[in-house]
Order: sequence, then structure tokens, then C-alpha cells
Amino acid sequence: MEQATAAPLKKTPLNARHRASGAKMVPFGGWDMPVEYSGITAEHMAVRERAGLFDVSHMGEIEIAGKDALAAVQRISSNDASKLQIGQAQYSGLMTPQGTFVDDLLVYRLAPEHFLLVVNAGNIEKDYAYIADQIKPAGDAVAVDASSRYALLAIQGPRAADILQPLTGVNLADIKYYWFAHGEVANIRATISRTGYTGEDGFEVFVPPQSADRVWQALLESGKSYGVIPCGLGARDTLRLEAGMRLHGNDIDDTTTAVEADLNWIVGWKKADFIGAGTLRQQKADGPTRRIVGFEVAERGIARHGYDVYVRGGAAPSGVVTSGTQTPYLKKAIGMAYLPIAQTATGTEFEIDIRGRRTRATVVPMPFYKRAK
Amino acid sequence: MAAYPPALKYTKDHEWIDLTGESGKVGITDYAQQQLGDVVYVELPEVGAKLKQGQSFGTIESVKAVSELYSPVTGEVTAVNNDLKDKPETVNKDPHGSWMIVIKLTNASETGGLLDATQYQDLVK
Repeated sequence: MEQATAAPLKKTPLNARHRASGAKMVPFGGWDMPVEYSGITAEHMAVRERAGLFDVSHMGEIEIAGKDALAAVQRISSNDASKLQIGQAQYSGLMTPQGTFVDDLLVYRLAPEHFLLVVNAGNIEKDYAYIADQIKPAGDAVAVDASSRYALLAIQGPRAADILQPLTGVNLADIKYYWFAHGEVANIRATISRTGYTGEDGFEVFVPPQSADRVWQALLESGKSYGVIPCGLGARDTLRLEAGMRLHGNDIDDTTTAVEADLNWIVGWKKADFIGAGTLRQQKADGPTRRIVGFEVAERGIARHGYDVYVRGGAAPSGVVTSGTQTPYLKKAIGMAYLPIAQTATGTEFEIDIRGRRTRATVVPMPFYKRAK
Repeated sequence: MAAYPPALKYTKDHEWIDLTGESGKVGITDYAQQQLGDVVYVELPEVGAKLKQGQSFGTIESVKAVSELYSPVTGEVTAVNNDLKDKPETVNKDPHGSWMIVIKLTNASETGGLLDATQYQDLVK
């Protein structure tokens, strides 16, 4: 996601709050974002054990509406949006004709002919241009980049519902995982979605930008007795990695297909045509030559993004680590990498070049961490 | 801003050295640990390793980054703090108390080029 750009960094509506609260700020996807408040470990553990609050207003929102909105979404999104009821969301991919990722996204069905797509911060302009162009053959549907109309806060962790419930008239128990509801939070018009990028229960709350700080403060106040703390992108990254969630720009991009990324479940195989369908169907039938795996480093050392991976004793690298660190909850060096298909079975040993030292790693199932239900 | 002990000498690479006679304990500064964030891994040399001033003697890793450790002086490693292998987070809690190696200096005049606490504080403020 690192981009060399001369353009000034964009700021979320909570930028001043982050700076005033002493968060460590970094450039991310063209945005000036908090990477940590009290430290990645403390924030990560708070989300696993209690709750954490994230500003994810940098994420993009693209709306598609019109008589043929469903057909438009079906064309550009890999998953099957016809399965979505009003108030339901799904994870999906925005694909190239080669079945690789322009981006990954969440698709929300707001109304029968009105969808909301939540896309990655660094990809908003690229995605919008691609979508606006690609939906034209679908008929009567228009795409709007509505990113500036939304702030997005994520309250995540086992106590998230306890913290959010006193602030809203919406009965949170009625919102199932990957469903959403409209209502108010702290007397601010809000859309409450039971989704997240941490592997915990939690909610993502869409609010008008001018009210973001009020809702942020209200959630911190409501969560005080539960031990909620503000969290940055550093913990967001370690949490999603433990949960086995892919990061676009690292684990998936325009060189990796949904099949290779082991995301067959976000492809609507029974759908009529969609962008990338031909290639993906062919690859699924033939079997991919490589596939993403989760791994644990078996010796001392931490594998990181970009390190070369080798089959055991191999002379030439056969792939790279796409994500990797030592995570705070599991306290293990874990990561993801693409390996030749014959090397992807659980338990297979391979090697990672950790700054010149061949280090053993073992293929393990993902997710690395799964919360108790 | 944490206080930088006046008894220590500092480098522009954010190490400190606590000199006693011909030897010195070496660690990283409070500024360095703040920049790194939560330390999860410290890799140190063997006793007997010979180091030149400015040469890497190990690595330190936080959740989000890897950083080299550079020797403030030329000399030979006479002790290694292996406690840090099991408790790397000590570096965050007590950076100026968490020594990593003891080095026996072979060229004492090198210490004249190191920074004192005031100079280091100016560098990182």
C-alpha cells in the first residue's frame, strides 16, 4: 500500500482528535492515519479481550443505484449479490478479466436497486474509474464515489455490543454477522454493520463526517468501564493477520487470482457472466499452480512481507511472504505466502530467507486465530 | 520526553554505552524504542565477537519493523544479555537499563566522538 506521492495526505474527520490524543501518525494509502495509540500489543490484546475503537474513515464508499443496479453489481463483483437481502452484506472481489484483484470489498444491499461498496483507501479513485466504466453495459445504473459523505468507526471486541448498545435504539442482538441496520448512535444518524477486520465480534458504524468526533467520544465514554481503548492501523493489521484475512496490496493484488488466494467462496460460480469469470472457472477446473498458505516460523526469527520463500533445499525462490510478523495474541511468528501447489498441504515444511538465513517454516491452516462463539 | 542519563554516551544511531574502565554496556535509547514500538525479538552476537565502530552487532524487531544494532565503539564482546531473548519487552519498559552486550574497547579514543546526554537530546527533540 505504500505509495510515493507528492500529493498532500488526506485527513479523516478524526485527524485532529488523533493528533490531540498523541497517536503516532503515518502515511497510509495516501492518508495521514494513526498507526498506534498506546502500542500495537496493548491495542491488539484489548480487542481480543475487551474492545478497541478504530477510525477507518479512510475506507472508500462507492454507491451503485438504478433500475439495473443488481446487474451492474453482478458484473463487477465476483460474489453473488443476488443472494443479498436488504440489510445484508457480503465480502467480494473487484476483478480484472484475468480473475485477479483490482481490489477486495464489502457489498451492502441498501435497497433492492441500491448498493454500497466499501473499498480500500488507497484504491478509491482507481476502483471508481473501473466501476463507472465497467457497469455501462449493465444498463440503467450509476456509480457515485460517496466516500466524502461517510466517516466509518469500528468498535471491535467481545464487549463491543455492550459498549454500543446504550448509545442506540437499534437492538444489536437482532443484527446478525454480516447484516446491518439503520438508526442512530449518540443521537447521530448511523448505519450499524456487524462486520469487521479483526476476527472478533464487533460493529462498523457509518456516520456523517461532521458528527464523527461526537460518536468517537461517545463510544470511548460508553466503553470506559469495559476498558475500551483507541486503536491504530498497526493493531488492525496484526488482528486481521491472526484472523487469516487477506490484505489487498500484500496478500492479494492484480497478479493473484481469487482461486490462488484460496477465496473460492467469494466467487459466485453459478452466476451468469462477470468480469474474470472465464479465467476463474478455467483455473478452478484445471487447478491452480500455486496457492496462498498460512505458515508458522518453526525456528527463531520473524518472516516479513517481501521475504523470499523456497521449497526445502530449493536453489531459486518459489514465492514471497505476503504478510508476516510476530503477533501479540498468539505470540508466534506467522504469515502468509504463495507456494507451488504441491507444497501447500498442512504440515509441509519450507524455507524463508530471513535476512540471509534460511529459516524453516510450516504450513498451517488459516485462520490462525478463531474466536470462541 | 524521557530523561537521558548524563552518565551514558550516545550515538547518532540511537545506541547508548555505559563506560566503566576499559569496557562498556551497550543498549538502545528511549527514543529508539519509541520509534520501534513493541519489541518482540532481539538477536545478539556470541561472546568473543569482534566489532568495529558502527558495525552491526545484532538485530531488534518490533511487531512492525526490523532494525540493526550498531556498535558505538571498536572492541570485543565479553558478555551478552540473554535475558532479553526471553523478555524482549524489557527494552520498551527500561531502555536505558536494558543492556544488550558488554564490549571491551580496543580504541578508547573513539569515545571522544560520542554524544553526551545534552547533545543526544538535541538530536532527537
